[in-house]
Amino acid sequence: MPVRVQTADFDIGAEIAAMRRGNPKVGAVASFIGVVRDLNEGDRVAEMTLEHYPGMTEKALEKMVAEARSRWDIYDALVIHRVGTLKPGDQIVLVVVTGAHRSEAFDACEFLMDYLKTRAPFWKKERTPAGARWVEARESDDAAADRWS
Amino acid sequence: MKPDDSRITTVEVLYFARLREAFGCDSEQVAVPESVKDVAGLTAWLRQRGAAWAHELAPGKPVLIAVNQDMAGADTPIKSGDTVALMPPVTGG
Repeated sequence: MPVRVQTADFDIGAEIAAMRRGNPKVGAVASFIGVVRDLNEGDRVAEMTLEHYPGMTEKALEKMVAEARSRWDIYDALVIHRVGTLKPGDQIVLVVVTGAHRSEAFDACEFLMDYLKTRAPFWKKERTPAGARWVEARESDDAAADRWS
Repeated sequence: MKPDDSRITTVEVLYFARLREAFGCDSEQVAVPESVKDVAGLTAWLRQRGAAWAHELAPGKPVLIAVNQDMAGADTPIKSGDTVALMPPVTGG
């Protein structure tokens, strides 16, 4: 499955090795890892909880992967997104794209992250000294996703 | 033909994240008059409950809506048996 939503952590080395195994035609591997920061909007973040829409989230991610495959000449794409409670320094999201050449792999990887940020049903709630709060969507993320339309 | 409001459409409505907390529930069966035919009609009907509903679903407030797990627009039709999700703008990644 190219898409996984899970509470468990992930190992980028193991995931890339699995995608390359038996595929000697792979000449480029582009990847992105999102990590929980300890600061947001000027406040210390003690931890955050990620919520999703089971069923629809996976469908939305699969649709994005299918679109990336149709737009770029890539071999494979993987998206792993964690849910549940995470602490600063924890990994949240992994995108890996394999292809023959770097340009297509880089573009498809960036496209997947930009679309994920604006179209996949995930919500973050962070706990700060000022209390718990839902993270607000950013206009800059919409602008980043609009580049691809 | 005049709409017959004695007939009803029953949909399952799901609420996520901030909306779930604002409404104090994560899902409910909602029976609306059959004259409510699309997403805009459903949100207008829910808004009439007042309080948090009027506030969170006020026109211009960004709310994402999915019908049967596909992103929907104001004019997306709804029918009995559909699952309609009301969601705040997403913040994953």
